[in-house]
Amino acid sequence: MKKLYGLLTLVALLASGCAPGAPAGPRTLTIMTHDAFAVSDSVVATFENANNVKLQFIKSGDAGAALGKAILAKGQPLADVFYGVDNTFLSRALDEGIYQPYHSPVLANIPDAYKLDPTDNALPVDWGDVCLNYDKAYFTQHGLAPPGSLEDLTRPDYKNLTVTENPATSSTGLAFLLATIGHFGDPGYLDYWRSLRANGVQVVDSWDTAYDTDFSGSAGHGQWPIVVSYGSSPPFEVIGAPQPLTDAPTAAVVSDGSCFRQIEFVGILKGTQNLDLAQKWVDFMLSPIFQADMPLQMYVFPVNSNAPLNPVFQKYMAIPAHPAVVSPADIAAHRDAWIEAWTNTVLH
Amino acid sequence: MSGLAVVSISKAFGEHAAVDGVAFDLAEREVLALLGPSGGGKSTLLNLIAGLEAPDAGDIRWDGQSLLGLPTHRRGFGLMFQDYALFPHKNVAANVGFGLRMQGKSRAEVEAGVARSLDLVGLAGFERRDVNTLSGGEQQRVALARALAPRPRLLMLDEPLGALDRALRERLLDELGAILRRLHQTAIYVTHDQEEAFALADRIIILRDGRVAQAGRPAEVYAAPANRFVAEFLGLKNVLPGVVQHEAGRATALTALGQVPVSNASLAAGAAVEVVLRPDGARLVDPGPMGASGPNGTGGLKLEGRIVDKSFRGNRNLAVLEAADVRLSFSFPAGQALPEVGEVLHLYLVPAAIHVMPSADGAARREAARG
Amino acid sequence: MDEHRPALSSDRHQGPAAGSNASRQSLVPMFFLVLPAAIFLALFYFYPMAAILQASFARAAGGAGAAVTAVLGSPAYLRIIGFTFYQATLSTAITLVIGLPGAYLLARYHFRGQGLLRALTAVPFVLPTLVVAAAFSALLGPRGWLNLALMAAFGLTAPPLSFVNSLGAILVAHVFYNTTIVLRLVGDFWSHLDPRLPAAARVLGASPLRTAWHITLPLLAPAIAAASLLVFIFDFTSFGVILALGGPTFATLETEVYRQTVFQFNLPVAAVLALVQLACTLALTVVYTRLSERVTVPQSLRAARETRRALRTWRQRLGAGLLVSVLALLLVAPLAALAARSLVLEPGQGGPSAYRFSLAFYQALSINPNNSIFYVPPLAAVANSLLIAAATVVLALALGLPTAWVLASRQGRERLTAGLDALLMLPLGTSAVTLGLGFIVALNRPPLDLRASPVLLPLAHTLVALPFVVRSLAPALRSIRPRLRQAAAVLGASPARVWREVDLPLVGRAVLVAATFAFTISLGEFGATAVIARPQNPTVPIAIYRFLSLPGALNYGQALALSTILMVVCTAGILAIERFRVADVGEF
Repeated sequence: MKKLYGLLTLVALLASGCAPGAPAGPRTLTIMTHDAFAVSDSVVATFENANNVKLQFIKSGDAGAALGKAILAKGQPLADVFYGVDNTFLSRALDEGIYQPYHSPVLANIPDAYKLDPTDNALPVDWGDVCLNYDKAYFTQHGLAPPGSLEDLTRPDYKNLTVTENPATSSTGLAFLLATIGHFGDPGYLDYWRSLRANGVQVVDSWDTAYDTDFSGSAGHGQWPIVVSYGSSPPFEVIGAPQPLTDAPTAAVVSDGSCFRQIEFVGILKGTQNLDLAQKWVDFMLSPIFQADMPLQMYVFPVNSNAPLNPVFQKYMAIPAHPAVVSPADIAAHRDAWIEAWTNTVLH
Repeated sequence: MSGLAVVSISKAFGEHAAVDGVAFDLAEREVLALLGPSGGGKSTLLNLIAGLEAPDAGDIRWDGQSLLGLPTHRRGFGLMFQDYALFPHKNVAANVGFGLRMQGKSRAEVEAGVARSLDLVGLAGFERRDVNTLSGGEQQRVALARALAPRPRLLMLDEPLGALDRALRERLLDELGAILRRLHQTAIYVTHDQEEAFALADRIIILRDGRVAQAGRPAEVYAAPANRFVAEFLGLKNVLPGVVQHEAGRATALTALGQVPVSNASLAAGAAVEVVLRPDGARLVDPGPMGASGPNGTGGLKLEGRIVDKSFRGNRNLAVLEAADVRLSFSFPAGQALPEVGEVLHLYLVPAAIHVMPSADGAARREAARG
Repeated sequence: MDEHRPALSSDRHQGPAAGSNASRQSLVPMFFLVLPAAIFLALFYFYPMAAILQASFARAAGGAGAAVTAVLGSPAYLRIIGFTFYQATLSTAITLVIGLPGAYLLARYHFRGQGLLRALTAVPFVLPTLVVAAAFSALLGPRGWLNLALMAAFGLTAPPLSFVNSLGAILVAHVFYNTTIVLRLVGDFWSHLDPRLPAAARVLGASPLRTAWHITLPLLAPAIAAASLLVFIFDFTSFGVILALGGPTFATLETEVYRQTVFQFNLPVAAVLALVQLACTLALTVVYTRLSERVTVPQSLRAARETRRALRTWRQRLGAGLLVSVLALLLVAPLAALAARSLVLEPGQGGPSAYRFSLAFYQALSINPNNSIFYVPPLAAVANSLLIAAATVVLALALGLPTAWVLASRQGRERLTAGLDALLMLPLGTSAVTLGLGFIVALNRPPLDLRASPVLLPLAHTLVALPFVVRSLAPALRSIRPRLRQAAAVLGASPARVWREVDLPLVGRAVLVAATFAFTISLGEFGATAVIARPQNPTVPIAIYRFLSLPGALNYGQALALSTILMVVCTAGILAIERFRVADVGEF
């Protein structure tokens, strides 16, 4: 019994120590992010020292879950800044009005193509392309030419080789669906998917399952040599190999219209008590120091044209010149209908 | 008054009244036996006294103070259960010392108390034994030691010998009696066996269907059972219906077997009675006329019957005879020679072996109809 | 004998409150006993649930009614409800078929390695779904150990075995996860059954099978019912398994709630589905309570060390060996495959020419290659997990013990206890996504502004662990002969001391089982992952997920390495709990 009481006291003490409270010294800036957020401690230290502030990050699940939480906490925001909405969720975030606008001066260095919100409630921070990836070794072994476009996947040579994610449960899958919509148009995309289905496409629930378990080119050694993943995955196979590699084991299909560009946004939450610090942080996120740090931390790429890019990316990554485009407004308007149509075509 | 006073308590479970208006007193140092058939309410009564159940009506007092509302663990009574209820996860010493620990005694006192208790029951040295490996007799003694160790002001024993074989039971009965007397322990002893009750008790109460059928000293109750139920329960199986007659200033009861003397003057002529013939009160006699006048005209009953069954019981011979369509059983000393089955036996019963009880009319008629 | 006449004060009439004399008094203490758990549930379950349901229906055009009719009138949703029941029923049945013989073996016999086997079979419970998928892939995937072995042995070019997304995969994964519940709940109870009872049946002419059917199973019924209920509810609300191993063609209530909430942000529909799920859970619990009331009988519980015997005949040994093999194959082999994969470098690009043992992934765990601020050394992640698990165990036991005691006492309070029982089960049957959002909506004002507090994690874990604790303890408590409590009371033990001296030691084993459940539930972060906003100190499952969500062999390998560490920590923790002895708790 005594042991139990002792343990209980210990836990209570720890919990009280961890409870968020107003510290006496520097102010605290709270940033709500999705789970994939990562940043170097030196970068964080730079900001903290420059502004005499303590940064606190709150991980809130994947992009959709985090947005849901931000929306429900609208009256009493969980944080000062929210990073993690992407262009498929942008309209929802803007319609729910969780942000307040901020016309950051750094926006001048960011190409207009990324500025999907003209009101500057949500400011672009990074981008990544959702593209088909393929396992080079497989195609070499089978004497098959690797796929070069979306259309290739429907050819009989490529029967039963592709795994993709369910757009209803995976933002990667949704992005790929949008790529096909952008490329083939509505309702043309349904014919494409019909042929894909006839050609034996495997659908799974999330990127994790598709890439880690089912893709043959990853460390999971799955069954399928073609997967819907990111343009950044091939260079990361190189960077993340246990022993040095001379060539990337996988590659992405980057022909016109075969990729979809995801852009992620940051915004200052309405109701913040630390507006000045929040604005400084947004500026910081858009500026070269942070932007250059992102690729190795979050596997996404900077919007700021002044941010230098690691040479390994230039070597192993092919950046699509013309990714497929669907506007956020269209996404907001038709997303449910598209997903339902897709489900009926591919799954039922 | 010092001691226990049970004042008209009742307890019902659903529709069934387990205890109905039972009242008695128990003085300190007295041993009371609660006797009755199974289902008669004895265990319920013990539970009520111990505080494990609350009565629907009535009161329980100790030294004049009501115990109602006082929780069990503060009553200072002891209860030894029929199935012992030894704590399976504690050894003998831990079981026996439990009550002492609850009293807050120091470890040394507990150990000493345990040793004393075990010694008392003849299990000295058993402290470390695992209770689950003990024999039935040993478990019973541990249970007794456990109940006695905290020196309860009242000890209740619920059929403690029920689970033992006969030889063990008799031996333990003697030991139990000795222990109770040695400790001057106030006790209530519940049993369905009248031999145990007679052996241990200063007074007995016979319970039937939750009510007191008769109370008194063992010898008194045995000599003068109040009604057929008590008589039959005490093993007095020879009960006949009869009718009271007054003649020549003497009261007799007329039965199917003849007339018997009636000593109870309050019985009016024509009253229905039950006549008990004690099985141990018969003597073999020569054949002669049946009737109320004995060899010296002093009353008693002479009867004859055909033997229908005979058995040897170690210390006595039992014979069952049939006379006037009534079956009677009598016991004789072991050495006494008896005629064979089918032959006629002639007996004489002394007046002391005949007891007349008033009967509830309905009961008598029912019994008569049953024959 | 008096005690078998139902009309008298037999055992059945007397609950642990030592008789109805105490009943009027003990109603008040009973209330206080239940109060902590009641407050806990009210604050951290009912209040957030009410808040999110209200917030959700406020968004519905047409109000709650429209949303309800939309859902219940749609055949698609009805199909989803039907499938949810279907897969849960199948999974539970198979889990019982595999678990009961295993429980028998562990309960009735003692053999070498038994403790380890028991601990290992509990490890699957702890693993996040993606890790389970990785484990099965490591065993049965195209480059999994089994396929490699078969290909090498028979000179095949293509892997002969494949483990595809299917209903079969769902069932296998469910059995993998939940067998331990049956093994523990039923096995523990079984080990206390008086072996003389089946022996008596055998003497009376019953064959072993008939004895099992007529004697043993009815006596075990309360434990089996408890285990079945928990397994069923877990399968019913299963999320990760359906998504990852079933695939998109399968949808259950839970996955649909997730989809509607996170992707569609269609909160009204999600709320209705969550309510349907809750209603089903409630109905199941009520059925269970009625059933268990009827099947529980007071028994003399025997010490486990008394009832277990050694394996003597060759037939017993063969049977035991078979059972152990099945259990090991199903439950332990995938874990071993995972661990093995974390310890080798595979040939191929970026690897050696042949399979080679290497600690590279473990070493990589302690390196922060990019100086990420969120990097946490594995030891720190393990420490975080253990700390939260310890807090969960303490909280769940502190709340659950008195509650189980109240539930086990039956006298005249059937309605109250049935209601309490049902309320306790609700968090298990609640969609984690919905509840997580409920925290956001409800706990947003000081002093309850815990939305981003680390305290929320053990609280959320306790919500899930509490019904397990109560379920482990209640059958055992109900089966204590009331006579023993009475004996203690007569000897002067106050109700609290009766609890300490009689109930607790006799159910000590069950307390350990309950503690183990709370520990593993917390380690495995059921329901809390991705639903609670967390500050910077990740626990092991979070760290694993992070590795799995990034490409690269090193990341994948680190995920496997960290998973192996989690498995080892879990096994060690369980073995430690099982060896825990305080006074006579756990001895029995």
